[in-house]
This record gives sequence, C-alpha cells and structure tokens, in this order.
Amino acid sequence: MFVAWRDLRHARGRFVLIASVVALITVLVGFLAGLTGGLAAQNVSAVLALPGDRLVLQQPAEGRPSFSTSAIDQTIEQAWRTAPGVQRATPIGIVQGRAAAAPSPTAVPVAFFGLPHGSSASPVADLAPAGDDEVGLSAQAAIDLDVGVGDSVAVGDGTYRVAAIGADLWYSHTPAVVLTPTSWAEVDRNLGGDGLPTVLAVAGSPAWDSVAAATHTSVNTPLLSLTALETFQSEIGSLALMIAMLFGVSALVVGAFFTVWTMQRAGDIAVLKALGASTGSLIRDALGQSLVVLAAGIGLGLAVVVGVGMAIDGALPFLLSPLTTLLPALVMTVLGLAGGAFALRTVTSADPLTALGSIR
Amino acid sequence: MINLQDVTLTFPDGDSRLIAVDDVSLTAPDGKVTGITGPSGSGKSSLLAVAATLIRPDTGHVWIDDVDAAALTPTQAAALRREQIGIVFQQPNLLPSLTAREQLLVMAELGDRGRRHRMTVHRRADDLLDAVGLTAHAHKRPGQLSGGQRQRIAIARALVHAPSALLVDEPTSALDHQRGSDIMGLIHRLTHERGTATMLITHDLAHADALDTVTTINDGRASHSDTVLA
Repeated sequence: MFVAWRDLRHARGRFVLIASVVALITVLVGFLAGLTGGLAAQNVSAVLALPGDRLVLQQPAEGRPSFSTSAIDQTIEQAWRTAPGVQRATPIGIVQGRAAAAPSPTAVPVAFFGLPHGSSASPVADLAPAGDDEVGLSAQAAIDLDVGVGDSVAVGDGTYRVAAIGADLWYSHTPAVVLTPTSWAEVDRNLGGDGLPTVLAVAGSPAWDSVAAATHTSVNTPLLSLTALETFQSEIGSLALMIAMLFGVSALVVGAFFTVWTMQRAGDIAVLKALGASTGSLIRDALGQSLVVLAAGIGLGLAVVVGVGMAIDGALPFLLSPLTTLLPALVMTVLGLAGGAFALRTVTSADPLTALGSIR
Repeated sequence: MINLQDVTLTFPDGDSRLIAVDDVSLTAPDGKVTGITGPSGSGKSSLLAVAATLIRPDTGHVWIDDVDAAALTPTQAAALRREQIGIVFQQPNLLPSLTAREQLLVMAELGDRGRRHRMTVHRRADDLLDAVGLTAHAHKRPGQLSGGQRQRIAIARALVHAPSALLVDEPTSALDHQRGSDIMGLIHRLTHERGTATMLITHDLAHADALDTVTTINDGRASHSDTVLA
C-alpha cells in the first residue's frame, strides 16, 4: 500500500470524485433497500408474526394458492389438527375492510385478523381479545383510529371495545385489527366473504407434504408463504430489481474508474516491475486502493442513509436495520472489488521491459 | 560482478529472426564502470535488458555474482532485481506521487522483506540523498525538481538497496553537457565508493573519463578491444 496511499493523496481530486459517486450509489441503494424493507414490513409483518411453524393455505384446483382466495373449512382444519406430529393448528381469518372510531363516521382501512384468545404466543395472537365485543389493535391502527384502550371501534354494524394495543403489525399496507374468530366471521360475511378462516397456522413436525396433498392444501414456512401475497410479490420484485441494477452500476462504475486509472499508471507499474516489484505486491496495492475508495464512499453513503432514515422515521415506510444498511454495503463492497479486479489485468500484463528507454 | 557469457538474443522479424545480441561475452568487475558504446541500433540497450534480467537471452549465461540470471523464472528474476540489481533508466522514471525521499523508500516496499530491511533502506536513503546532494530537496515531488536532480534521485534509488550490480542506460541523454558530466562523475564516484559492478550504456564518449573500460557493440557483436581509460 506504499504507493497506493501516496497515489490517493497525490490524486485526491480524482479519488474524492469516484468516492462521491460510490457514496451517491450507496445512498440510492440504501434508500431503496430501506424503502423496500419498510414496504415489505407494511405488507407482511402481520403474516410473519402469525403463530406456528408453517402456514397452510387452500390449494386451488388451478393456479397458485393465495391469501385473498384461500378458505380453510372444518374438514381441512380437522385433518391437520389430527395429523400425527401436529402439536397445534390455529385457524386464522384475514380480510381487509374499514373501521372507525365510534362514533366518528370517518373509517380507515384496516386488516381484520380473527383468531382465538390465548391460542399461542405471537405478536398477532397476543392481540386476540377474549370477548366477541372486543378488539385488539396494532400500534398504527390505534394511531389511525385515534383511540386508546377502553375506547370503542365501529366495524360495519358492530361496535367493539379496544381491549389491547400492541406491536406494529401490517397486512397489505393496512394495520392489523384482531378479533375473536366469531366476530371475524361476522365481519367477513358482512364484507361478502364466507366466514371461513383464511389460513391454518400449524405447529409441530407432521409429514407436511403428505398431509398437504391429502387435504388439497399448500404448506410453507411463513416467509415462503409470502409468495401467496400478490401485492408483496410485485412490489418487492420491482424494488429488488432496481437494487440489483444499482449493484451492477456500482460494480461497473468502480471497475471502469480503476481500469482507466490503472491504464494511466501502466508506465509507473512497468517501472516498479523493472525495479523488482512482485506482481503480488502490485495487486495488493491496486486492490487496497479500491478498498479504501469503496470504504470511504460506502461509509459516507451509509452515514447519509442512516441519518436520513432516522430523520424520516414514521413519515415514510422506511426500515432501518442491518439487513437494509450493512448487507447492501457489504454487497456493494464485494461487487466494487470485483469491478476493481478488472483493472488487475493491466497490472499483471505490464511489461517491465517498456521502462527501458521509455519517454515519460 | 556482472559476467555475460556467449549471450545471444534474437527477436521475431517476419518469417526470420533479427539478431540483436550476437554471442557476446563480457565482464563488468566490482568497483568499476564498464561502458558499453556503439551506434544507435547496435544492440546496446538489448544487452542491458538481458543483464537487467528484463529479457531472457536465447542462449548464454548472465551471471550476477554467482547467480545465473538467464536460468531464473520471471518471479525469481524480479526478486533478483530488487535485491541485487540497480537500474538507472534513460529517463528518470520517477513516480509522480512520491517525494524524492519516497522514490528511494519505495525500494523497501517492492517485496516482503520485513521491518528490519525497511529500516535499513530508510537509513541508506538518507545517506544516499546526502551523497547525491539532494537532502534539501527530499520532500519535493518530481515535478518540482530539475532534470539533473531527477536523474540524481534515480541513481540514488538504484543504489538504495545496496545492489552488487548497477545497470545504467544512457543517463545523460536528456541533460546538457555540464549536468551530464556531473551525473557521470557521480556514477563513477558511487561505483568506486560502494564497490558496485556498473555497466553503463552510452552512445557518445563525451564523458568517457568517467568510464573505467569501454566495450563497443556493432551489429550486436562486441569488439574485443576493451580500452582501459582510467
């Protein structure tokens, strides 16, 4: 790194410029990753917070299972409940609708979850009320409805007392409101549904595939079952594609810069080789230089993302976590180094003989 | 000591091969400046490239002390250059981002020789900057130095790792007569002080008094009438 550090100092304008570009790309990737994470949380956080090891959805005769069309009848529920290895099978109803703080006429969109009180320990189940005239509200639902524990919430013709306010849980961009199965079935029927639960949350270790085949259902881990949520697939797919493209741009920009930079230094590299520099030491120098530029650019970009992410907390669906900051930064560093490695061909192919008699 | 034995070097030239160095044998003893002269295109620089291990001859041996450099792999040849051989190029070929002192210190960073070697080089760098009269310019970059000063730094760089062989390619070609004379005098003095086997390529003998012997190359062949000048 002897020459590399001094090159960085000597040509600081050029390196500051490329580090700024890397920082800018990091900001873009960071914002997109944070937004993707935030939107994903607003889409699926309630699904991921359901109880059980796996989620069972109805397998339609054609096409893929979907949260919007799945209906778990008594036969299916009973078959899973009695399957060997099943410890617990909890039917859960999910439907989107509107609720209002009684007696206010202004209704806000929410997602109704119906599951039995005390069925198991999970953020959603923790909100399940004991009485059919009660509801449990997720944090955002309470904010949107502007109610607290003990206040009343109107859903359709019914009025429910707020029994609990809990975690920030979302389903398809609507905050979760949890009812008893009986109340949920009534709400679902009022919304045009059949009152049947949407999903079965199963805990235990049965022969998953054979029970699923026998009951014409689809079974997956909560994470994999998110593919049955159409909005999640399309939304996250688009954003993930943008992030992937930015990763590619990042590798290309860093690779292009260091290729041009190293080609400009081809004469110096030939001199160093003529003086006896090992190819290994020259490669370490070149990659070390790339790493310093990447670390500076990505570090700066990351600081901006974290700062802005903290500033806009709550105003936008933005998730600030290692998954949306450190992981993209790591990927950018690896891809940037891969781009920088393209420049190594100039280093390895530089002919020390050209240092003799060269006019520089 | 540099000892070339029966060295032949050819380059591809269409369907045939061009003979650049033709069965040359010569010796550059320790503590002496051995001049190699001859007209342009006579093979002087090719001979220097062979002696510097930058190119492997078709046949023959290149002894740097007791090592046959012609038999080394490129990696081994690079190691030999950074430990046993100093090279002064026709142009100073200094690295633009390094100060004058750092041009010398870089020689300690080319391999993996460790901290002790680095400290030794640092100490020698200060001595050599003093020896070439540029201690006051140690913190200047190449762009802040004159042509003569740059060539002095190049000479100091070539000697900072205490090589046994010093190979110098037309060191005065870009300098006026007075500065050229100073540079040749410096090479002569340092060669004698440090006991280095110096092989110096030059196309004119205006500074011949700085050479201990001269071998003339013509069409790749060495004349066998070495002349002792000093």
